[in-house]
Amino acid sequence: MSTLVLTLITGVGLGALYFLVASGLSLIYGLMHVLNFAHGAFLTLSAFIGWWVAQALGTESWGSFLLSVLVGAGVGAAFATVTELVLIRPLYERHIEQVLVTVGLSFAAVALFEGIWGTDPIHIAGPPWLRQTTEVLGARIPNTYWVLMIAAALVLGGLVLFLKRTRYGMIIRAGVENRSMVTALGIDVRRSFTLVFAIGGAAAGIGGVLAMHYSTFVSAHLGSTLLIFAFIVTVVGGLGSLTGAAVASVLVAVLQQFANFYLGGTGDFIVVILLAVVLLVRPAGLLGRKA
Amino acid sequence: MSGSTDSILEVTGLRCSIAGQQVVENVTFQVPATGITAVLGRNGVGKTSTLRGILGLIHRRGEVRLAGERIDGLPTHRIVRRGVGYVPEDREIFSKLTVAENLALAERQRQPRREFVAELFPDLVERRDQLAGTLSGGQQQMVSVARALINDNKLLLVDEPTKGLAPKIVAQVADALAEASKIVPILLVEQNLDVVRRLAGGAIVIGGGRVVHTGSALDILDDEDLTRRLLGVHAEPSAPHSTETAK
Repeated sequence: MSTLVLTLITGVGLGALYFLVASGLSLIYGLMHVLNFAHGAFLTLSAFIGWWVAQALGTESWGSFLLSVLVGAGVGAAFATVTELVLIRPLYERHIEQVLVTVGLSFAAVALFEGIWGTDPIHIAGPPWLRQTTEVLGARIPNTYWVLMIAAALVLGGLVLFLKRTRYGMIIRAGVENRSMVTALGIDVRRSFTLVFAIGGAAAGIGGVLAMHYSTFVSAHLGSTLLIFAFIVTVVGGLGSLTGAAVASVLVAVLQQFANFYLGGTGDFIVVILLAVVLLVRPAGLLGRKA
Repeated sequence: MSGSTDSILEVTGLRCSIAGQQVVENVTFQVPATGITAVLGRNGVGKTSTLRGILGLIHRRGEVRLAGERIDGLPTHRIVRRGVGYVPEDREIFSKLTVAENLALAERQRQPRREFVAELFPDLVERRDQLAGTLSGGQQQMVSVARALINDNKLLLVDEPTKGLAPKIVAQVADALAEASKIVPILLVEQNLDVVRRLAGGAIVIGGGRVVHTGSALDILDDEDLTRRLLGVHAEPSAPHSTETAK
């Protein structure tokens, strides 16, 4: 019983991490039709800078932890904004080139991070509570998972509010559905491109700092590893659907954890099988629309 | 009807292409600053593409002037902000947004003409919180027309507003366009010749990517020979959907 609970809750927690990365990917693809391979780089840079901030302020305090998360969000947003303005915007409407430039940036960023911070993983520390566990129905749940879940819930709630309640949110929802008609109403849709990049980058940045605490180290490859699963989540959920990304994040991660525990560590394999099945049976994803 | 001195839109040598394929070859015409001007022609001659080309929604070359100023180098949203309302073929409403959100998205000015729209389409007021995708085809068309009427425009480009609608709704949409045309000139692509007969003053006939005839709409429709030659149909006022084809 306790193993079941442990597997389930850690699955949801891991799903929360996937969602932080996948939410931005899904929004960006939905609006701009760009698969952003540089998303992992936003995450990694945020983690490194977040760690630097935490170290400067004392790693054990909650204040420095929270500040490092906020700084991570800011760094992610800034990096993503610059990427959109400098690399993506000049290639407006050239989707293949846009994707290729993000691929290039992802490679270049990893190399740059290795150049600055070295190739070895850097072990990190945080508030001691994060190292401890909380008992739920006999299962001892590592506390980082709770933090991941809270962060993802806040990001999801914030995104939903933003999309439903603000004019820019409305433009983004309309643009996901029919971008050319948004411009035909006199709206400069490119501004919302920059905005979704910034939002996606911020979410990834939060994910980066938390992923660092989750894995207890930071390395230049932190983002690339997570990005693969985030892509799978995005495709399974339906490209462009935020709800789809949320549902698929939890589904994929729980399945992965269960397979790892009960099927001899085959989690990654099972996830790829799930991806294949979804692509065969429901190519648009669980909650995606047909192209 | 048509005169170059009081025209709101002047299109000169417009050529449009989609994915490298030429869809409008060389179109030149003027739209008078009042009333409704119809764009006629057989299916697939480039009527819709002409409207989309004017708006810059597809690749275009040539000269387009709105109220004397060139707009052919501007991106779509700038052209629209200069005062062009667009009602696309197939409505293109945002199905996952509510009726109110669809209209709010279209509002470009401080004081949008909400009362005017509400008077024309009382249905939409009742259904303002309904998702636009769940509306009937006729109601969706009303949302689409309302989006164009909610601003003060210099010109409306309206593409087959009665396509696929029940006769009663066709009449309602035609009423709305007639009412709107009192305050804003309209360039109307329309296959339903009864609607054209009722609404349009002037008409431009496109054939093979070029303008093949310009004149009064009634003169064209009353001339059976001309109608058959230019439009490939008989103009039969008694049959409202005689010109409706599958596509």
